[in-house]
Amino acid sequence: MTVRELIQQTQWPTAALPAADREITGVYMGDLLSWVMGRAKESDAWITIMSNNNIVAVATLADTACIILAEGVTPDPGVAALAEQKGVNILCSPVGAYETARLLSEYL
Amino acid sequence: MSGALSFHFDVDGENFTMAGQASVQVKKNLRRLGLPPEVIRRVSIAMYEGEINMVIHAGGGHAEVVVAEDAIEIVLQDNGPGIANIEQAMQAGFSTAPDAIRSLGFGAGMGLPNMKRYTDEMDIQSEVGRGTRITMRVLLEN
Repeated sequence: MTVRELIQQTQWPTAALPAADREITGVYMGDLLSWVMGRAKESDAWITIMSNNNIVAVATLADTACIILAEGVTPDPGVAALAEQKGVNILCSPVGAYETARLLSEYL
Repeated sequence: MSGALSFHFDVDGENFTMAGQASVQVKKNLRRLGLPPEVIRRVSIAMYEGEINMVIHAGGGHAEVVVAEDAIEIVLQDNGPGIANIEQAMQAGFSTAPDAIRSLGFGAGMGLPNMKRYTDEMDIQSEVGRGTRITMRVLLEN
């Protein structure tokens, strides 16, 4: 499914949505950025609670379909604007990482 | 290496939150050259890890990326403290990063292992008190 379709299903708010038509083909969950860089696959939805600028670089380089901030976390100031500029989608899930992943597995 | 294309970057050691700029730019440049996506991904991830290392440990440095016919070569050079025990530094999970860096999601001890994992060749030359020079190559297969 695409990021846009995921948002339609979940009604999760977005912090940045410059590439809504990106296809999501898998899910990766993690907060240690080097682990994410090493393990996340291209077009994964990446679930994390990290909210600083560096997540935009990691998502760009690992080529994930979107970042999903779990637990109601919102991006740090400036992160949303940077994500828009770099073409990185950021969604904000109000529920925990496990529940976020469980919902994704229903839709994918 | 005649006719090889090269990109040079200065990595700013002062601005941690903006680290990764050089890697993102390299990714863009390689995309423009039409290189295979998996090669671009490997080069940019390896370079990002190196860039972050230079910012965390060495106060910045220089990066040179050379696109040759058979490979992409990344050379990272810094004048930081050097690596006392390279074998130990290469172990997954070993890290000397401070807590402030860990709270940003780095310092998991995966930087050098990821660089090795994503490249075909990697060489580390380091002298304590003088600096570190890392050369990595990602081969282009036809």
